[in-house]
Amino acid sequence: MDLFPLLNSLRIAAIATAVVFFLGIGLADVVARAPRWLKGVLDVVLTLPLVLPPTVVGYLLLLVLGPRRPLGEWMLDTFDLRLVMTWYSAVFATVVVSFPLMYRTARGAFEGFDERLAQAGRTLGKSNAWVFWRVKLPACASGIVAGAVLAFARALGEYGATSMAAGYIPNQTATISTTVYQLWRTGDDVGALQWVLVNLAISAVVLMAMNLFERRARFRKAA
Amino acid sequence: MALDVAVKKDLGSFKLDVAFRLEGDGVLALLGPSGCGKSLTLGCIAGTVRPDEGRIVLDGRVLFDSDAKINLPPQERHVGYLFQNYALFPTMSVLQNVMCAVPTPGLRGPAARARRREAAKAQLAAMELDGLEDRRPSELSGGQQQRVALARMLASRPALVLLDEPFSALDGHLRWTLEMALADTLKSFPGGAVYVSHDRDEVYRLCDQVCAIDHGLSDAAVPTGRFFEEPGTRAAAVISGCKNISAARAAGPHRVACEDWGVTLECEEKADGSTAYVGLRAHYFTVAGHKNPIPCTVDRVIDSTFSTIVMLSTKGGGKIRYELDKDRWAALGDPHSLTLYIAPEHVMPLTDDRRPRLTEAVANDR
Repeated sequence: MDLFPLLNSLRIAAIATAVVFFLGIGLADVVARAPRWLKGVLDVVLTLPLVLPPTVVGYLLLLVLGPRRPLGEWMLDTFDLRLVMTWYSAVFATVVVSFPLMYRTARGAFEGFDERLAQAGRTLGKSNAWVFWRVKLPACASGIVAGAVLAFARALGEYGATSMAAGYIPNQTATISTTVYQLWRTGDDVGALQWVLVNLAISAVVLMAMNLFERRARFRKAA
Repeated sequence: MALDVAVKKDLGSFKLDVAFRLEGDGVLALLGPSGCGKSLTLGCIAGTVRPDEGRIVLDGRVLFDSDAKINLPPQERHVGYLFQNYALFPTMSVLQNVMCAVPTPGLRGPAARARRREAAKAQLAAMELDGLEDRRPSELSGGQQQRVALARMLASRPALVLLDEPFSALDGHLRWTLEMALADTLKSFPGGAVYVSHDRDEVYRLCDQVCAIDHGLSDAAVPTGRFFEEPGTRAAAVISGCKNISAARAAGPHRVACEDWGVTLECEEKADGSTAYVGLRAHYFTVAGHKNPIPCTVDRVIDSTFSTIVMLSTKGGGKIRYELDKDRWAALGDPHSLTLYIAPEHVMPLTDDRRPRLTEAVANDR
């Protein structure tokens, strides 16, 4: 069995999760502190990819990144870098699609955060950055890890936007989900089933890890 | 140590307008019912709440001045804040909580860390908390949490400390020991303290001055003893625990006519045109005497924990509450009518308007 789709999927999901982790935390913090009107607007925009069909996300990505579109053309001319139909095109797609999961879970965790802890830190003379990284983030750790795991799982399972932005090129852009579709389309039921089982196994492990972590977090809180 | 506070903040349905001054290293109480603006006032001093206008000066350092557009961040105020729920960092050990508060000017890296550890350990030892260094806040009792939060606050070397209802999160039987410990801690602290509470007994025992706050408005700070003897205003009398208040007017320089009770009483304190109420404490009546008789009929007798509470009706129709020892009440033989007496020094003429005292206080400050 050619393992490229598995490795490619893991690579894409890992990079996308890393990007989404910092982006989601940062924007969740910005939104949590924004004035009310801006909060409403930002929240809608940032959550939109969660409810849009992935094909719509893929279409919008092609509108921006395509070789004859402004950004895509500029990148091609300046850096000789193609933004679509490459393995990392799938990173763009999965970042957009999985972002709302990280953002919303992080925001929920931040909203449950006792602001008095941050105030206590400030009156003790600690900088705002120290308070954020050393008090707020650790206190919200279980919510933030849950968000990252969800984002990773979603990135791993992304199909619609990925297939539009990165297509299916064996050994170049193939991921587990696009491979399953391709094998099924070409009548290779056994091959498709193999990849389905791989996908099921990974998803089950990821969700189990999340439950384990949540239980430990709850145990620690109760102790 | 000198602290001057005069701030206003409009929160729509609630308006805060407080002014007080604290001099010397004493403890000033902000005393008032829940939701009266005490914690909001602390927030203004600590820098976690931004007032709309006013001025806060600590030892000549301007912490906030709306006219001069000065608003120091909490980090630069050097004001310690003991939160009601103690706000210990839940993911850090006791030692880490205290260590992070130790200032290390001019030190970096391992040297700063060593200094922190040493100072934190010393602080914990001074407060008899050694042995708890590696515990998490969630593994401590409420009383231990309070002591650790105090240690952390003191480790930051504040010029002033703010205490927000430090005993509200604790069970009754724990309070007494901790209150005595807190009194010792405050006594050895080389700076002033502002103590927020709604418990007048606590305030009486712990604080040197009292500033009554009601519905966001403050009276001028007065020495604790005087606050309970001559509350001055009706609101302050209620806050100080006075149970009997009647509408009244001056009937002479040392006489007040009590409208609700239908009697005129002699008072030691001066009554004048501003006198609008009179207050009598439930514990200060006697059943024998020669001054200030108040004829009453007994409405109800309520057996309380350690005293008897007698509810009486006066000739004027107004009610009076009288509290006395159980055996003293039993000795009276359950009478239907009773004449109460009260000494002139316990008759407290009260003004209605809180504003004159406040504006006077602000005027004196400027």
